[in-house]
Amino acid sequence: MTEPRTFGPETLALHAGQSPDTDCGARAAPIYFTTSYVFPDADHAAELFNLERPGHVYTRISNPTNAVLEERIAALEGGVGAIAVASGQAALHLAITTLMGAGSHIVASRSLYGGSHNLLSYTLPRFGIQTTFVDPRNPDEWRRAVRPGTRLFFGESLGNPGLDVLDIPVVAEIAHEHRVPLLVDATLVTPCLQRPLSLGADLVLHSATKFLGGHGVAVGGLLVDGGRFDWEASGLFPTLTEPYAGFHGMDFAEESPVAAFLLRARREGLRDFGACLSPMNAFQILQGIETLPLRMRAHVANARAVAEHLDAHALVERVAYPGLTAHPDHSLAARLLPDGAGAVLSFDLRGGRIAGRAFIAGLRVFSHLANVGDAKSLVIHPASTTHFRMSAHDLAVAGIHEGTVRLSVGLENLADLTEDLNRGLYAAERAMQA
Amino acid sequence: MELPIASSPAFLYTGGRPFDPEQPAVVLIHGAGHDHSVWNFPARRLAHHGFSVLAPDLPGHGRSGGVALASIESLADWIGALLDAVGVERAALVGHSMGSLVALHAAARMPRRTDRLVLIGSAVPMPVAAPLLSAARDAPSTAYAMINQWSYTPASQLGASAMPGTSLTAMNLRLMERQADGVLATDLAACDAYQDGLEAAAKVACPTLLLCGERDQMTPRRAAKPLHDALMNVPGGARVAVVPQAGHAMIAEAPDAVGESIRSFLDGK
Repeated sequence: MTEPRTFGPETLALHAGQSPDTDCGARAAPIYFTTSYVFPDADHAAELFNLERPGHVYTRISNPTNAVLEERIAALEGGVGAIAVASGQAALHLAITTLMGAGSHIVASRSLYGGSHNLLSYTLPRFGIQTTFVDPRNPDEWRRAVRPGTRLFFGESLGNPGLDVLDIPVVAEIAHEHRVPLLVDATLVTPCLQRPLSLGADLVLHSATKFLGGHGVAVGGLLVDGGRFDWEASGLFPTLTEPYAGFHGMDFAEESPVAAFLLRARREGLRDFGACLSPMNAFQILQGIETLPLRMRAHVANARAVAEHLDAHALVERVAYPGLTAHPDHSLAARLLPDGAGAVLSFDLRGGRIAGRAFIAGLRVFSHLANVGDAKSLVIHPASTTHFRMSAHDLAVAGIHEGTVRLSVGLENLADLTEDLNRGLYAAERAMQA
Repeated sequence: MELPIASSPAFLYTGGRPFDPEQPAVVLIHGAGHDHSVWNFPARRLAHHGFSVLAPDLPGHGRSGGVALASIESLADWIGALLDAVGVERAALVGHSMGSLVALHAAARMPRRTDRLVLIGSAVPMPVAAPLLSAARDAPSTAYAMINQWSYTPASQLGASAMPGTSLTAMNLRLMERQADGVLATDLAACDAYQDGLEAAAKVACPTLLLCGERDQMTPRRAAKPLHDALMNVPGGARVAVVPQAGHAMIAEAPDAVGESIRSFLDGK
């Protein structure tokens, strides 16, 4: 008798969620560019609306091309399913609004993408949802921040931009002690470097705009449900465990103990908030995912070499990359990210803001823009762009200085990248001397 | 809904509509290591088309209390107790895999209370491979992987899901993981030990539908033949319907075909 086996990530990245088209035999995932779907008859329509049969009704709720993307990321992450949405921010919003309402509270890592920080810190309080930010490395801070209204823990696998490594098993345990789930933003690691659900997280989100797509042509987000969190036993999530008048009086956890979250998120969140993904974007992101395992290996190899190159330069005060032994989370990264700590790193230039501006202006291969995870190498100065709304104090707490530069290391020839960085560093040196 | 059955609290899923004793009742009995949620689509279809659905979590499974019962015979008795508790005199019995054995035995024990019988992914006897039995006892995660590999067709293990946006195998894995320790081992041992299936079939007194997955590796169609032969000779007779392209997990893999087959058969078509 053969031992059961599962498919490896390279195979899943190419095949999961898609069968060759039965009508035409198309091998590639077709783009179902349609808003709606013809009902064969009135009974069939009623059966779709009543969830008596699976199927598509309207592309805001579901679409066959988006479903391929959803099933592919679910397979790669080891989740029971996923929902494709308009952006990574839409994925975060969908997770939060599915789980809670006014009067609720979130405990979040302080090391977050600026956009997530904006949503939690400024926008959600207007809707009655408060967030306490904590040092992701300090378990006691996570624990102390919990209030009676806490409904979610949230952190990033690699905290942007200091590249703090989230100790997912520890934080998940604290979350579960308090009967709430842990949501992890795994954008910077992708399932090729880390599968947060296997480490104890309950929900995972991606900005698919980044490494999953890789080409920088499509904005999109993905929210994956691990299916392990017991909403009924927790007792803190009436949106999932009590009849919902807005959808057939459905008690989602009764309907599906393992996929209650996805049911509510799709049937309410996509229906009402409407942050759906275009099928064209889903198709483009799928093209990227096909080569994700190959690309991530190449990204990591280049990033590690670039980090070492910068670390050896006299003008560089500090390189934040968990793959380097000097990073405070180096040993944690070795445990939780054994295949590499991603391809985003930051470093502090001696010479502060003047040096930072001259460095970026001197680059020719790295593109100066507000994104990460492109196949092309990218560079940005967080203090004047992604994190410009944060106070000097908050910046310092997040590990950002005026001279901090963030790189997203792409797939170009390594010698071309290091030469470009040398060019920038020379420009920075000249600016400091002037 | 919840109510006590055989002195333990039991959970009954009713397919999204309140239980109505005026409508014909149908009991949907899940398989080993599962709960009521495997029936979502067929249950909702029946409940929205004139049937009162009772899809229990068997004792020790899902939301029901008590411990998993160790034999098909005791599970069949429990189905009788369920009908008593709900106040239903007659019902159609529908079972999947282990649940099909329970439905068969209950129909034999209660011929006057059984309207129709639907056996999905069934065979008698239903021997369980020794490595699976021992894995269920000693290494459950290996047992879950075996079940997923043998219950789902290669197409649905890697290709498109019948339920858009979900992974059928991951859903099944999580569902089995959620059951209490030892439940799967108890269930599989009960299937393996059940030897009275053909004898029970001879006592059935209502029409029977056998639903076979075209690609079922756990209970292949040929394994259902002795059961079909035995049921053909009882008053109600029996017929076989094949679910195209589906494996043992045909409720998940082909929810439309399974739901429609059950509904048509219960409608007397």
